[in-house]
Amino acid sequence: MSASLPADKNARQSILERIRSRELPPRELPPLFDEGIRYADRWAQFQEVLSSVGGQFLSVADRDGVAATLAKLPVVESSRCRACTVPDLHFGNLDLNAVDDPRDLAGLDLAIFPGQFAVSENGAVWVTDESIRHRAALFIAQHLLLVVRQPDCVDNMHQAYQRLAFGERGYGLFISGPSKTADIEQSLVIGAHGPRSLTVVAVP
Amino acid sequence: MTDYVRETHREFLKASRAAVADRGLQQILGRLGDTLGRKNREAWQALPNSDAIRERARSIKDATLADLATHLATLENSVVARGGQVYYADDGAAACQIICQLVKERGFQRVVKSKSMTSEEIHLNAALEQAGIETVETDFGEYIIQVAGHRPSHIVGPALHLSARDVARILSPVAGETLPVEREALAAFARRQLRSKFAAAEVGITGVNFAIAETGSIVLVSNEGNARLTTALPRIHIAVMGIEKVIPRFQDLAWFLKVLARAATGQKLSVYTSIITGPRAAGELDGPDEFHLVILDNGRSKILGSPLRESLFCIRCGACLNACPIYRNVGGHAYGGVYSGPIGAVLTPLYDGLAEHHHLPHASSLCGACQAACPVKIQIPQMLIQLREQLHEETPNDSRGESRAYRLWAAVLRRPWLYRWSSWWATRTVGRWFRRQPWIRRLPAGLAGWTEHRDFPAPAPLRFRDWWRRNSREQP
Ligand code: SF4
Repeated sequence: MSASLPADKNARQSILERIRSRELPPRELPPLFDEGIRYADRWAQFQEVLSSVGGQFLSVADRDGVAATLAKLPVVESSRCRACTVPDLHFGNLDLNAVDDPRDLAGLDLAIFPGQFAVSENGAVWVTDESIRHRAALFIAQHLLLVVRQPDCVDNMHQAYQRLAFGERGYGLFISGPSKTADIEQSLVIGAHGPRSLTVVAVP
Repeated sequence: MTDYVRETHREFLKASRAAVADRGLQQILGRLGDTLGRKNREAWQALPNSDAIRERARSIKDATLADLATHLATLENSVVARGGQVYYADDGAAACQIICQLVKERGFQRVVKSKSMTSEEIHLNAALEQAGIETVETDFGEYIIQVAGHRPSHIVGPALHLSARDVARILSPVAGETLPVEREALAAFARRQLRSKFAAAEVGITGVNFAIAETGSIVLVSNEGNARLTTALPRIHIAVMGIEKVIPRFQDLAWFLKVLARAATGQKLSVYTSIITGPRAAGELDGPDEFHLVILDNGRSKILGSPLRESLFCIRCGACLNACPIYRNVGGHAYGGVYSGPIGAVLTPLYDGLAEHHHLPHASSLCGACQAACPVKIQIPQMLIQLREQLHEETPNDSRGESRAYRLWAAVLRRPWLYRWSSWWATRTVGRWFRRQPWIRRLPAGLAGWTEHRDFPAPAPLRFRDWWRRNSREQP
């Protein structure tokens, strides 16, 4: 489709040539790998950072208790329209796969999605759209609950990048806390375009 | 609406004076040091090895720019391999033309945008409007100033110059009712209002925080979640980036993410860091049908070869603005360009012409607070001095009074007896007249230019050599 913009081919040539003509002395890129910081208790560190950015954390010790614990959470109890794509959890009453137009998700109160892994250093969870039919659901839902398996917690971002097998998925994101804005008078307002709350649950 | 007036020297002074006299604005700017400014300082203190980490981020930029053509070509190949399209634009007009054409060719009319300084730089909104395309900014701050018809006053907080009262006044006509002066309510209103825009939009336009050459991914960072909606709902995603936004390897991203949010807001990481690679691929459940990447030069390749190439390291975090004593007094609008504050004083003359913006390199006390705050340690003060030198060379000094004064000064300094005599004479006359007032506010004709914007130190009533003689005699 870009063929309809011929002027652009010349621009490509001239820009790259201009850059090459600068003949800057080569500089070596720093080495790739870095150890990064480590924590004795990764989940404790994760919890601390997450709560400092306004998120909630919960750890469930035994596999059978997960559903019961989640059911008692206020955010689950109080939301009427829920979507859930975590295997073995049956909290959803809206099937994302049955919704064709993401615009119909406007009434979504709570989205429960799997998180691939957590990062202690900055309280972030890596989420891909693997199980999510509509990427927009991550932002349209009023509340977001991410379920992460307990072994899936890394110390820092360097380890995180090593885990990210890219080239496979086209979309993924780190989420760290509920959406917020400080655009009015430099004061924080929680709940901008995205969810007003974020809960991360670590399960066995 | 987005009409960037070329501020001349006088306009800069006028705008600065108005800003200093504006009590509301002064209150807002006065808070900056305690809010964003302090968070920046605390974040560097709390980060172990913050210095080494910033140095590392800096060296990645440095090495990337040294071989920029190769990295851009790699990026292009990777994007195309993932089903995206790449375009190059020599200048802002060309970039706008490409984007407008992409939208119109498909018969689309509605665009949502997430905040992007690059699109501000090329005046994209004006171009889209002219092409009859409805364009809505979706970042709260950006949306507010779009409705108000203002220019952004801060790199990360475009509506920084407005109080909650102002925002309520601006948004009430849109709401058709009087909105309460309450931040939560105002944000909630904007959220509702913008949701309908997202739903109707056919095209999403974003900037690019980082473009990863080896994977062809673009990285978008935000706190609100609007960038994500901009790329998730519309069927087409167009991203605009300057040539300097490319980073070679996926792993390099870790370093920049570590410093970007800390510098901007003191956060460890922004709430949403999306990594987007191409349009929806076979087997994927969601994603836009098309992905287009517009790569913009607009004078950058020229800067690349100049001593000011460091300005291309900038990751647009706004930290230097929050740290700057000048910015914290005059605010963003006085700078007259899209980019304000210390880095604006470098970028605006570079992109828009030094002659038109000759006052900007001088709008700094060279205190170095900007460099200390900067996540990639850009040597802004040095660059400002460079620009001043360049100005001096390009515009020969035509003030005869000044050069005569300097020549006289040199002649006196070369002759110690003359220096002794004239300093004695100066203390006896001017020094005594100004005994109670150490500053001369206005020099007489010919020299008056000097005191137009600063005072001249009056000679002391007593010379140092006389003072010394007297005091050493008194002390045994
Ligand atoms: S110059 Fe440095 S501190 Fe200023 S906006 Fe750019 S990266 Fe941030």
